[in-house]
Amino acid sequence: MTTDIGLWGVPLAILGGAIRVSTPFIFVSVGEALTERSGRVNLGLEGTLVFGAMSGYAIAYLTNSAWLGLLAAAFFGMIFGLFHGWICKLPKVNDIAIGIALMIFGSGLAFFFGKPFIQPVAPHLPAFSLGWWSDVPQVQAALRVNVLFIAGIALAFAASWMLKNTKVGLTIRVAGDSADAARALGIDVNRVRLWSTAAGGALAGIGGAYLSLYYPGSWNEGISSGQGLMAVALVIFARWSPINCAYASLLFGGAGALGPALQSVGVTQGYYLFYAAPYVLTLGLLIATSSTTRAMTSAPGELSITK
Amino acid sequence: MTTDAGLASPATRAINAETAETLGRRIDAVFLPLAALLVGMLIFSIFLLFLGKSPIEFFQIVYKAGFGTSFSWTNTLARAAPLLLAALCVALPARLGLVIIGGEGAIVLGGVAAGAVAMLAPGLPGPIGIIAMAIAAAVVGGAWIGGIGALRHLRGVNETISSLLMAYIAIALMNHLVEGPLRDPASLNKPSTAPLPDAWRIGEIPGVGVHWGLAVGIIGCIVCWLLIERTTWGFAARIVGGNVKAAQIQGLPAGLLMIGFTALGGAFAGLAGMFEVAAVHGSANASLAAGYGYTGILIAFLARHNGLAIIPAAIVFAGFEASSGLIQRRLDLPDATILVLEGIVFITILLSDALQDKVSIVKLMKGDRT
Repeated sequence: MTTDIGLWGVPLAILGGAIRVSTPFIFVSVGEALTERSGRVNLGLEGTLVFGAMSGYAIAYLTNSAWLGLLAAAFFGMIFGLFHGWICKLPKVNDIAIGIALMIFGSGLAFFFGKPFIQPVAPHLPAFSLGWWSDVPQVQAALRVNVLFIAGIALAFAASWMLKNTKVGLTIRVAGDSADAARALGIDVNRVRLWSTAAGGALAGIGGAYLSLYYPGSWNEGISSGQGLMAVALVIFARWSPINCAYASLLFGGAGALGPALQSVGVTQGYYLFYAAPYVLTLGLLIATSSTTRAMTSAPGELSITK
Repeated sequence: MTTDAGLASPATRAINAETAETLGRRIDAVFLPLAALLVGMLIFSIFLLFLGKSPIEFFQIVYKAGFGTSFSWTNTLARAAPLLLAALCVALPARLGLVIIGGEGAIVLGGVAAGAVAMLAPGLPGPIGIIAMAIAAAVVGGAWIGGIGALRHLRGVNETISSLLMAYIAIALMNHLVEGPLRDPASLNKPSTAPLPDAWRIGEIPGVGVHWGLAVGIIGCIVCWLLIERTTWGFAARIVGGNVKAAQIQGLPAGLLMIGFTALGGAFAGLAGMFEVAAVHGSANASLAAGYGYTGILIAFLARHNGLAIIPAAIVFAGFEASSGLIQRRLDLPDATILVLEGIVFITILLSDALQDKVSIVKLMKGDRT
């Protein structure tokens, strides 16, 4: 049964959408923030996200456990991250170009192995409702929160704290700000970057598993359509702070929910244009926050993407 | 010229040594990407063996479906046409140090622009209509990718990310236009623009059996090679690609070059969309987003962003993609098989960059292991 709540459905659907859609953004962008703070850019997270979605779904279906699927997605994501980190330490290899190659490779492998899993139904990750206080079913639906959303927010705070207050965090930041200074301190820069990229890959894999195991909750080849890449752009906007990444992800989630929300109240005109809203928003923010004249505040000094 | 070796002046000898070295470097420049392609195919063969499929059978099918008969050559070359133009959209900006990966957006919008022109003025005679479509597609594609170059120059926006975001926006825009304002009410199952007038359809190159897009693509590659290697603009562009700051100190217009080269690349990609509409589909619809823009990235990298090298590289990958259907049927492999192969080859090509200047086939042949 649905209660008619009229146009209030739009902001409500956007809020619910922000919670549901933002989760993969949180994981990918916090992971990429870690990678970029160590001085490398991994554009291949788009491919990692797609492969995470496929492998998570496939393993969840085969073992009948969504949690094992999640674990598998994180594992394969880490493998992709390690691969990126290993190649990038070779001389004359451009991290952005490798990222593009891994984007194609990751998606290709996911489509290749994912064909048999498009039809079957895998178990979903559990969610609980924060809308118990309301009788309106739409409110309850909008406030259904997946455990990964909570985990993602916690992760963002933990990652920020880790970067600021721990030795590991300091090591990552030094490697990202000045490779020379890091070497002078006896830090193995390549190793730090290797494991930072691996961690970023694992988190992107988890983000992918969320897509296929909760929302939208099935595996198909168009499941990501650039979300991994948007998350990378979002890191620049969030000024390399994991907590800001989480806030920015919520904003992006809301933008992503705009199209379906308007559709749910009967606005079908220009559906495709609303569908493009997150891309336009990303681009707009990228334009607004980039600059040629001043060095970007708090950008890691070694980052190729801001040079 | 006959030069007696004994009487050659030191200067001539120095020139000869220099030509030999340039020649050696040229041979190495061809050898390394070729070796990377072969190594990539080898790794892919191992991948197939793990899955219990025969790599020999795979490559036999690729040969048969892509290059074996005159029919398969026609099919391959028809696919090569948009790939040539899409690769130029990557290669031209790359010479300036810009990594543009959103050529797909310019292809799609170029096609829509062509379809829109046909709906606005269907009364125009054939040749004028074709020219009008070409101009519209080139302008729209050029503005789309040129805008990315402008954003990079004026605002420092990373062109790799912005170009891919704009490709998604372009596809959404195409879907909106084709299903909304530009939709032909008669296209029920597949929303499309109105079919082009018959006189506007682009035919085949006589004796080749492939539409004129192939000729335009090849000419485009040659023109771009001449532009980069033989003109002062190309020289300036290469300096900017080497070091922007140094180029600006020298007084080179880095910004204009960036915008000009990205716009030119986008114009070529737009033309690719126009040929898909005017020579293949007959109207603009979602088939325009066929992934040519993404294969074009790989081709440009394989060709090391050299216009002449793009021609064989595009034909090789057009052959791979042309054989995709037969591979699915004969080997019972999914259509993403070619995508896996492309991903592996892309990685081996980039890995070969690490060996640049370290491995020299010429020196190896001479037995000179330094």
